Amino acid sequence: MLAVNMRGITKRFGSMTANDQIDFQVEQGEIHCLLGENGAGKSTLMNVLFGLHCPDEGSVEIDGTCIPVLTPRLAYQLGIGMVHQHFMLINHLTCLENIILGNEPGRVVIDRKQARQAVQALSDQYHFNIELDAFVSDLSVGMKQRVEILKTLYRGANIIILDEPTAVLTPIEADQLLAILKDMRTQGKTIIFITHKLKETLTVADRITILRGGKCVALLEASSATPEALARLMVGHDVVFEIEKPENAQGEAVLNVEDIRLLPNAQSTVSFTVHAGEIFGIAGVEGNGQQQLEQIIMGLLRPKHGRILYQKTNLLELSQRARRRLRIAYIPSDRLKQAILPHVSLQENFLLGNQYDPQYVKTGLIQTKQLKESTQRFMKQFDVRASSAQQEAGSLSGGNQQKFVLAREVSKQPQFVLACQPVRGLDIGAIKYIHSVLLKLRSEGAAILLISAELSDIFQLSDTVGVLYKGELMDIRKTEAFDNESISLLMAGRKEASADEQATKA
Amino acid sequence: MNKQQKRKLPPLAARMLYSIAAVFLSLILATLVMLIAGYDPLKAFGAMLNGAFGSANAIANTLSKSIPLMFTGFAFAVASKGGIFNIGGEGQLYLAALASAITALALNGLPRIVVLVASILAGMLAGGAVGALIGTIKAKLRINEVIVAIMVNYIVSLFTSYMVNGPLKAENSMTAQSEAINSGYLFSTIIPRSQLTSALYLGIGFAVLIFFLFRSTRVGFNIRAVGENASAAASSGIHIAATTIGVMAFSGMLAGLAGVTEVLGKYGRFIDGFSPGFGFTGIAVAVLGSNNPFGILLTSLLFGALEAGSMKMSYVANVSTNMVMVIQGLVILFVATPEIVSQFAKRKGGKRNG
Amino acid sequence: MDNLQYIFSFNIILTTLRFAIPLTLAAVGATICERSGIINLGVEGMMLVGAFGGVLGTHLTGNPWLGVLFSIACGGLVALLHAVLSIRYHTNQTVSGVGINILAVGLTVVLTRVVWGTDGISGTVQQLGTMSIPLLKDIPVVGALFRDQSPFLYLTLLIVFAAWFFLYRTKAGLRLRAIGDHPRAAATVGIHVRKYRYIAVVVCGMLCGMAGAYLSIVQNNLFVNNMVAGRGFIALAANIFGGWNPLGSFLASLLFAFAQALRINLSLPIPDQFVQMVPYALTLIVLVVVGRKAKAPEASGELID
Repeated sequence: MLAVNMRGITKRFGSMTANDQIDFQVEQGEIHCLLGENGAGKSTLMNVLFGLHCPDEGSVEIDGTCIPVLTPRLAYQLGIGMVHQHFMLINHLTCLENIILGNEPGRVVIDRKQARQAVQALSDQYHFNIELDAFVSDLSVGMKQRVEILKTLYRGANIIILDEPTAVLTPIEADQLLAILKDMRTQGKTIIFITHKLKETLTVADRITILRGGKCVALLEASSATPEALARLMVGHDVVFEIEKPENAQGEAVLNVEDIRLLPNAQSTVSFTVHAGEIFGIAGVEGNGQQQLEQIIMGLLRPKHGRILYQKTNLLELSQRARRRLRIAYIPSDRLKQAILPHVSLQENFLLGNQYDPQYVKTGLIQTKQLKESTQRFMKQFDVRASSAQQEAGSLSGGNQQKFVLAREVSKQPQFVLACQPVRGLDIGAIKYIHSVLLKLRSEGAAILLISAELSDIFQLSDTVGVLYKGELMDIRKTEAFDNESISLLMAGRKEASADEQATKA
Repeated sequence: MNKQQKRKLPPLAARMLYSIAAVFLSLILATLVMLIAGYDPLKAFGAMLNGAFGSANAIANTLSKSIPLMFTGFAFAVASKGGIFNIGGEGQLYLAALASAITALALNGLPRIVVLVASILAGMLAGGAVGALIGTIKAKLRINEVIVAIMVNYIVSLFTSYMVNGPLKAENSMTAQSEAINSGYLFSTIIPRSQLTSALYLGIGFAVLIFFLFRSTRVGFNIRAVGENASAAASSGIHIAATTIGVMAFSGMLAGLAGVTEVLGKYGRFIDGFSPGFGFTGIAVAVLGSNNPFGILLTSLLFGALEAGSMKMSYVANVSTNMVMVIQGLVILFVATPEIVSQFAKRKGGKRNG
Repeated sequence: MDNLQYIFSFNIILTTLRFAIPLTLAAVGATICERSGIINLGVEGMMLVGAFGGVLGTHLTGNPWLGVLFSIACGGLVALLHAVLSIRYHTNQTVSGVGINILAVGLTVVLTRVVWGTDGISGTVQQLGTMSIPLLKDIPVVGALFRDQSPFLYLTLLIVFAAWFFLYRTKAGLRLRAIGDHPRAAATVGIHVRKYRYIAVVVCGMLCGMAGAYLSIVQNNLFVNNMVAGRGFIALAANIFGGWNPLGSFLASLLFAFAQALRINLSLPIPDQFVQMVPYALTLIVLVVVGRKAKAPEASGELID
């Protein structure tokens, strides 16, 4: 019998369709992997199943019963439990208290003895080894996750959804988790495992559903799947929509990253060079050190050793302010959080990061006229749609905000551009536009470091590509030396598959 | 904490209307209180208006009462722009008042301008130091500034109390107060025999300065950027901790001026416990004036008028002078609760149209 | 001589306990409120309204016990205002607290004038008497604890224990603690976050009201303008110093009250004001030293919908 039967699920957010007619079936007592890249619609689908989102179309059956309207409470009653990526645990409470919270035994006073017996029994049954009286704040991430799983079991869940559970774990913890999940399966639980990692999918799954771009593209038996096939299905072939990338002469080295450790437990440090007129792409699944690289280059995070040479000065020795004078353009990965003052006018947002440019601020005084003129000129040039330069930045659409940020940063006539996830959440038109701007900067001789989780970005723009995995650069090659498959495997941490291929190191 | 709420900043006119609606609502409720208590609200408000604006002296009194409130209002507004809730105005103004009194007493004999300027500066420095202390604790230790400021308020005001009960106590004085400052060193009165002094010009001057600071200078822009979005500000090269400490120092100086102008304007000495909560009322003044320096001038005038009119209201209509605090309290609650005031404004507008 | 000194020091204990009663009640209230994640700077105002309510209730009924009930109701009502504004209308909780404090000072004086026709001081009412516990009162030395003491002493001790038991032993207490730390997590396991918060804030107001009644009709027999005189903020400090825990709040209140008792009973070589500073200075030091590791509710001031 099917534990979960979702048919024709469609969920739209505004103009974006996150789930498009997805069918998703899970058998009782299996481990079912839901595989897909970031933004493929996995989380949305699971939030529908857990009752957090109401689908626009489609039906949900649990254990053969059709459920017209799901709420989280109803989902719990139906035996669905969810382990969120961000744990829903209370630090100041003990494991036991966290587990029983909301379902405490006893009438008014908590019957601790009964609670302990019940939880201990479950913990033993699944070999969780949880110390019930420890405070959650003292636990390792792996243990916290077990507490979360035990929480769902205690509440009688038979269908357990885990959202990217290994993303936060060390390899050993991840292996232990997979063992626990297998154990749970043999004891009759149904497990839905959301991931984008191929290796663990093949280790643990019975069946695999693959999502891409909000659609269900495949349902496979794990036994018949290969990593190559999964990677192909996950990434797809339709990545290239043609854009002219002219040949460009590379100049001398502009940025030298030397011996920087991105993640504390990374096995090696990273070093690479970006040249004038070159786009250097950092490919990789998010959370593998991209954010750290971004912050270190911008001086928001201080590495213990290594250096970053820019025009022969070590960036790491400069103050924030001094860096800003160096004609570095910065497109942060989280533009709302890091690039924009939402309740402030566009004109004043244009000043952000330009405060020390004598063109806009002379002896501490803002040159309003000059600022307004530049803002309007660049907004026009970059086709930022706004009623005026006085409009609040937060009221613009995402695409227009990104164009605005780009306009502001390009106005600095940068020699180096750090572009982080520059097209995230944008529509095709805006993406094309931003691609063309980056290529134009390249032809003008700027050195560009592009950090993107979108392979299409990487392939269309980069001259050279480095693949980031667990804080290490797996490989650095000319873009032509990669194909979808080899790069996906590297992104999933499988070095050996591509090791025998001819590598042209950059 | 309510940053996530979609907060659309309406244009100036809409904000003014909103403030007026909040005041109006508070007056309605105050009227209700009076009716229930069996007073004649018309008589009371009439007397209040008369007491606040009925004569040149009444107006002088109103203006004089508004001076400390405009400074504490500025102080709260400036800190707010930098994303800090400065509830420490009370402590800042007490230490500032003490410092300026000590300076003026110590420099007795020097030329007027020297003493006056030195006393003002000493007060600003002291207030600024208290502000900077709170700012430092917030920026470096990441401790919520509200609770720190409340503790500091008490510690500082008790300290000043000790000083004028002990080492600085005026000889042969029954009450706890410092020696009187030579009257030649005080702010000059604008209207003779009133308490309205040229400190008013200082207030107007600072309103212009603050307006200019946030409108046209890099420093002002950096402060606003930090208050609006600290991580974006950091990405743009602004030093967050330095800005936080700096803005709290400035805020403390402004609050300090409230104490300085009371000492060098109204009393001519430091009197123990002279502030009836200027620091807290300043929060209401700033919020009601939507943190705009000229808005604050207007709202401090309103609050000053309430204070000034309360005496007359008390003896004409027999309503306690504390009715003013009821109104002030209600104004704070309403102004801080946009949902209620907007609903009210909408309904009123709807009725008028229909 | 030795004996005399002993009795004298025991007197200190009794005085300390008496001073600690209003602080403890309000501090425990603050603990319960802030544990639900709602910041309450209005403790001072709630106490003041309670103090007034106690006198008014006694004045109207002639029975101080009914006066106490009246003060509890008044404190609860003011707290309800804070709760509605904070929870329903998303008012900035700090601003709301400040507003309530100012409103309370104004309103109590205005109403005093309405009822008694005098400014800033009410007429006198019947005081809540003391009680003695048979047998226990006859024990040497310690018997003083059970002789001619206010029933509030025993009530307070009972409330401290009850609040502790509630927070750490009952289902509702566990849920309340969870809400203050991580309201979203509490909501995902089906807890009605808002309902708990409303109740917590109102209970806080009721305890503050009681604390106020102690000041006006137990220690005194009248209401005086602003008679709480900062004790609400000392109670807040005690709550922080005590680590947001009812027992801790009680102990901190005892400590602060002890400083006060010393001040009254002994001629100390230290100026009075410095002794008065003790609660604030200690709390500030604890905040700075313990810093962010303090066991404050993690989601203080955070709303969810």
